[in-house]
Amino acid sequence: MAVDAPNRLNEQIAGLDALEIQVKRKRGVPALLWGRIWPMLIAVGIVLAIWEGVVIAGFWPEYVFAGPFTALGELADRLGTAEFWHAIATTMRRGITGFALAILAGVVVGAAVSRVRLLRAAFGSLITGLQTMPSIAWFPLAILLFGLNESAITFVVVLGAAPSIANGLITGVDYTPPILLRAGHVLGLRRVALYRHLILPASLPSFLAGLKQGWAFAWRSLMAGEILVIIANQPSLGEQLHYARELADSARLLATMIVILVIGVLVDVLFGVADSALRQRWGLDQRIG
Amino acid sequence: MTAPTQELGSGRTEGQRPAVRLDAVSKVYGRGASSLLALDKVSLDAAQGEFVCLLGASGCGKSTLLNLVAGLDRPTTGSIDTGDRKIAMMFQEPALFPWLTVAGNVELALRVQGLDRTARRARAAELLDVVHLGGFAKKRPHELSGGMRQRVSLARALAQEADLLLMDEPFGALDAMTRDLLHDELERIWRERNLAVLFVTHNVREAVRLGDRVVLLSSRPGQVIEDYPVRLPRPRRTESADVAELAGVITERLKEEVRRHGR
Repeated sequence: MAVDAPNRLNEQIAGLDALEIQVKRKRGVPALLWGRIWPMLIAVGIVLAIWEGVVIAGFWPEYVFAGPFTALGELADRLGTAEFWHAIATTMRRGITGFALAILAGVVVGAAVSRVRLLRAAFGSLITGLQTMPSIAWFPLAILLFGLNESAITFVVVLGAAPSIANGLITGVDYTPPILLRAGHVLGLRRVALYRHLILPASLPSFLAGLKQGWAFAWRSLMAGEILVIIANQPSLGEQLHYARELADSARLLATMIVILVIGVLVDVLFGVADSALRQRWGLDQRIG
Repeated sequence: MTAPTQELGSGRTEGQRPAVRLDAVSKVYGRGASSLLALDKVSLDAAQGEFVCLLGASGCGKSTLLNLVAGLDRPTTGSIDTGDRKIAMMFQEPALFPWLTVAGNVELALRVQGLDRTARRARAAELLDVVHLGGFAKKRPHELSGGMRQRVSLARALAQEADLLLMDEPFGALDAMTRDLLHDELERIWRERNLAVLFVTHNVREAVRLGDRVVLLSSRPGQVIEDYPVRLPRPRRTESADVAELAGVITERLKEEVRRHGR
């Protein structure tokens, strides 16, 4: 009887645990993908129908505002040309370089501002102010400083994206739950270890949101920059837009716009995947019902 | 085997330094007219291996007291001496890190101690077995129930190899059956490791069930008003008559103290 007591306790604990642990239903990957894709397809269908409707209504002649079939046909043709891929490669290279530099600048500034009270007081609201500044307003200065070249574009892309990234990090550090900070203190985490093992991981969701917003700003700045700063013999998406307008090539203009939109959506999907993976790991994705 | 039950309650031997000694500790929040005296000259000590429950109504500063001992806050006046003992603390919330697995949470505490990776892994597995969670090492905290999370939190506290364990209403948010089980668990671990425990609760029966002593605190300001030794044999049951009897006496005293604030 006395031997049984600990055993009974263990069984009771195991029984309660088994009852309390959540049972999750998992959906397969194809079902999950299809669940996300079909609403998008419907949206695309509706947009194409409205577009075609406007063209048929005849507000503008076909050479000013091409219909979806003409534009998509043009796009299909251009997919086979080297120039098209060259343009995408140039734009993506600029975008990724600028974004990487913006991450570097944003993290350095964000870490410093979140850590030092004086810097916070001095630059905290300035960073938020910079975030609201339209990036195109930087171009005249950038062109004066760097001339009509890629440095000017990179400069503006970094200035467009870095404040959002810095702000994401600062918010994340600020909103580290106090209870976790107390637990970390009791565990003996101090200084660098505190940042490495607690504050930085805790600020990850907010940092990710900052990155996503930063990319959106970077992409806008980049397009504005490529239209303003045209570099000879270097095709890019912005440059294609510019020349399509110069040549009044409506189909080509719209085809390029579709490419810009699609790249934007794809990158957004990437950020979405990262965000939902994080939420799932942290258990932030629990819905009611 | 006959377990020594009575001796545990009288673990304070003369001449031995206590595991923790509070000497006339006061804590004031704020300044001037709006200042609040949370603790007023609280003196208290607990021996190594002694289980002390701190009991009081709202506003008695019991959580403040633990924060001071844990070094999360400083006393305004008075001194707290824990020697060079290691201190671990458990909160009402599990306070686990959601970006780490169950094992990862325990391993982080070991990492701070400077254990290498292999040693950490082995030790974390042992500790999770101690709290009967060996099979859940790879789960994330959010996948567990409240009681299980609190056990992970206990395992993490044990990983610190502390001599003094501070517990701030750790089972307050749990259902009665889970709490009963955790009382048994905690009692076993406390005896095996000869821990000094300061256990804050507002549940009188819980205090009597677990404590060698039940220290009653008054409210606003917090002062020690009674120090009840609990000389009931262990293991005790929360629903047993002798626990209920002593709990009744303490509850009466507590009610008297609460009434004082209504006048």
